[in-house]
Amino acid sequence: MGIEGIGARALRKEDKRFITGKGHYTDDHKVAGMHHAAFVRSPHAHAKINGIDKSAAEDMSGVVAVLDGKQLTGDGIGNIICGWMVHSKDGSPMNMGAWSALATEYVRYVGDAAAVVIAESYEEAKAAAEAVVVDYEVLDAVVDAVEALKEGAPQLHPEAAGNLIYDWEIGDEAATDAAFDGAANVVEIDITNNRLVPNPMEPRSAVAEYDDAEDHFTLHTTSQNPHVARLVLSAFYQVAPENKLRVIAPDVGGGFGAKIYIYPEEIVCLWAAKRAGVAAIKWTADRSEAFMTDAHGRDHVTKAKMAFDADNKITGFKVETIANLGAYMSLFSSSVPTYLYATLLSGQYNIPNIHCNVKTVYTNTVPVDAYRGAGRPEATYLVERLMTTAARQLDVDPAELRRTNFVQEFPHQTPVIMAYDAGDFDATLDAAMEAADYKGFAARKAESENNGKLRGIGMSCYIEACGIAPSAAVGSLGAGVGLWESAEVRVNPVGTIEILTGSHSHGQGHETTFAQVVSDRFGLPAENVQIVHGDTDKVQFGMGTYGSRSGAVGISAIVKALDKVEAKAKKIAAHLLEASEGDIEIKDGEVLVKGTDKKLGWHEVCLGAYTAHNLPEGMEPGLKEGAFYDPTNFTFPAGCYICEVEVDPDTGVSTIQQFVAADDFGKIINPMIVEGQVHGGLAQGIGQALMEHAVYDDAGQLLSASYMDYQMPRADDLPDFVVSHHETLCPGNPLGIKGCGEAGAIGSPPAVINAITDAIGHNNLAMPASPHNVWKAIHSA
Amino acid sequence: MAKVEMTINGRSVSGVVEDRMLLVDFLREERNLTGTHIGCDTSQCGSCVVHVDGKAVKSCTMLAAQAAGSEITTIEGLASDGELHPMQAAFRDNHGLQCGFCTPGMIMTAVDIVNREGADVDEQTIREQLEGNICRCTGYHNIVKSIAAGAKEMGSGMKEAAE
Ligand code: FES
Ligand code: FES
Repeated sequence: MGIEGIGARALRKEDKRFITGKGHYTDDHKVAGMHHAAFVRSPHAHAKINGIDKSAAEDMSGVVAVLDGKQLTGDGIGNIICGWMVHSKDGSPMNMGAWSALATEYVRYVGDAAAVVIAESYEEAKAAAEAVVVDYEVLDAVVDAVEALKEGAPQLHPEAAGNLIYDWEIGDEAATDAAFDGAANVVEIDITNNRLVPNPMEPRSAVAEYDDAEDHFTLHTTSQNPHVARLVLSAFYQVAPENKLRVIAPDVGGGFGAKIYIYPEEIVCLWAAKRAGVAAIKWTADRSEAFMTDAHGRDHVTKAKMAFDADNKITGFKVETIANLGAYMSLFSSSVPTYLYATLLSGQYNIPNIHCNVKTVYTNTVPVDAYRGAGRPEATYLVERLMTTAARQLDVDPAELRRTNFVQEFPHQTPVIMAYDAGDFDATLDAAMEAADYKGFAARKAESENNGKLRGIGMSCYIEACGIAPSAAVGSLGAGVGLWESAEVRVNPVGTIEILTGSHSHGQGHETTFAQVVSDRFGLPAENVQIVHGDTDKVQFGMGTYGSRSGAVGISAIVKALDKVEAKAKKIAAHLLEASEGDIEIKDGEVLVKGTDKKLGWHEVCLGAYTAHNLPEGMEPGLKEGAFYDPTNFTFPAGCYICEVEVDPDTGVSTIQQFVAADDFGKIINPMIVEGQVHGGLAQGIGQALMEHAVYDDAGQLLSASYMDYQMPRADDLPDFVVSHHETLCPGNPLGIKGCGEAGAIGSPPAVINAITDAIGHNNLAMPASPHNVWKAIHSA
Repeated sequence: MAKVEMTINGRSVSGVVEDRMLLVDFLREERNLTGTHIGCDTSQCGSCVVHVDGKAVKSCTMLAAQAAGSEITTIEGLASDGELHPMQAAFRDNHGLQCGFCTPGMIMTAVDIVNREGADVDEQTIREQLEGNICRCTGYHNIVKSIAAGAKEMGSGMKEAAE
């Protein structure tokens, strides 16, 4: 391996273990004396627990304990919290209902856990869980957010009258209404953002170990943010103080948001290990449990309208959204339909007046929280469907309508908090149109027509916000934590380097890209750099990986720590080489005095730092520096996606003919990895657009609770993607990184739906555009 | 309970298993071959694919007892003498994996596709034959490229061996 710095398509350092079957995921972890947990889950969407008869289960072979919610709360384990306070427009705080890791009096969704069985083997635990008899008094359920707000709807929580969690607003309502009064044209849309199940391929899992001699816990878990897990488990759930709890997130098989949150199962396994007096307890979700308990995504219903003047410039945008948060408020659930959604409603456009009202609602469904994109896909879907609908209504080309309204000058303050710092929206639109041969579309459409097919083309010009986030800013908006990142650079005496990062990789390739940043800085081979992450005993603290923050925030922390290491190394070298510090340069693994032939090997300087035989007066030995990086602004990845589809009018099947992505992610460390992130995001976005849908029946049964019923995109559902990058640097962080992890999932659904509505000739199409929905849309026209 | 003997990755092994034990659990729990993963409970995801007597099989759909007397190859047994199998190398070289969870099953399926379809298998065929394997990370783009490249490599290996 040579020197592969910033910009190199370096192959991944982590791959060897994965392609040889040597990855180490949580469920692979085994310890002596390990027991197994199986949860007793409610088959009802809403019920009162009148009693639990554990006797039969307790007598079964291998069973060591059957525990319930009253025992859990009796032991002082705290309720699960939502960590972001949102206030209603009348100033009142959100109405958060109590959520105990094991239900005490009521169950509120199918899958809500009422008890847990701890047994010697997995099979024994499962069998005994079946034998626990819960006396449920079944209550009426409501699964639809709009229905849940209606008078007379079943009520979920005494704390939330009318099932309303908050009634929030952003923007200037009076000014926005005035813009509509003076509008030349008004375009309206009613839109539903379909509910999704994240489905990382590795199911959630936890192994809780308890050492009674030390009164110390170790938790291996499928987490995107092990330090946040430890903090919350300690400070809010009182499982154990932080110094007595080590959380390890080893190899994690995908996250997509679903593994940010601290779920009931981890809490219960930790608590139960101590209470039942066993050395360790393992729980691993089967896929059905994953469908029933992983936080779902999206599920918005929106009415919106946009005002245009006679020159087709947008003058106002008014939005009313109802968001389903499920049966309980998950960790970041309150922020998703507010600060991660409504703040992006300006899209890539100059919109002088925006007003958005959001009501969030309890229903008898799985909690809903951030899923790849989190709020920004919902905003983009709304804005970009509306732009294409407007172009049709105003009879202008959709590209031209967008161009007419693009933000051209930066920084640009939107009316909804965000201040865009850099971008070039024309560049990505041009690039995508060129790559898609937009001009040649008419000829391709004619050819499809000859074959009895409908062809359509659709675009989406998205912007999103990453680099989450400036701590003081999010604090003022209600966040319960700061969203900085930490890093530590440990240089060994032989010159090799360990980078300890609070970011967590669950597929993103940090072991490679982070090493590239170090290689680039000192000219060292990547194999001399080791990335350490995912263990609270090794890394002091970190906020983890979500919101495409590992580049913009995590790498920035590493850069800051590298700056300190470089400064100290230069001081030492200047002293050893009897040169002035300003003349020292570190390059290609050597430390040189500029303009002379005097130099030292990098390893010689490092060794010098540790032997400490000859250091500058007063300098401490060693070469190790840490940094906390707190961003100054969000970052704003943006781009343009174009999708071309062919629809079979007889069957309603839509086939993607081409999909083009032109993105601006700022500085790119490894284009190969970034392209992979785009591909994966596009697949999830196209999945949402064409097939994925979490469906409940009226009684609250999840009908799409397996891969037989919830359609995951497979290889032959998707095309080859055409991906390109167009860089404008983010001025807010040292390398100019914007972030790339979610863009594909954010920008693609409206491109697909705009293409299909173009093909069928009208706007009235529900997502997902399944063959059935498309066929209905064609025949309803 | 049944006594089973089989060859796993070239070694003969034996064990006493419950009648209901799945092959995947035998591999993961009894043999500690944790490279074979479990991603679903309806035999749809392909995370668990291994080779049984040279053919790709979802090890979650087969009982350990049914595999008695068979030759099993898991992802751990694919490389030989410290040399990656060409399909493993192709996944690395073409960035055909991200989180790595689907990867063992993908690679085992890929080898089987090439065994059946030959070294010149085209991308459309690859996409169709990945019907039984789900990846949530890669969007399949680079998996398809990896398999096409791995197929070519396997083909030239076969040719060399024949010469
Ligand atoms: S675990 Fe075997 S197919 Fe999913
Ligand atoms: S690489 Fe993560 S599921 Fe395929």
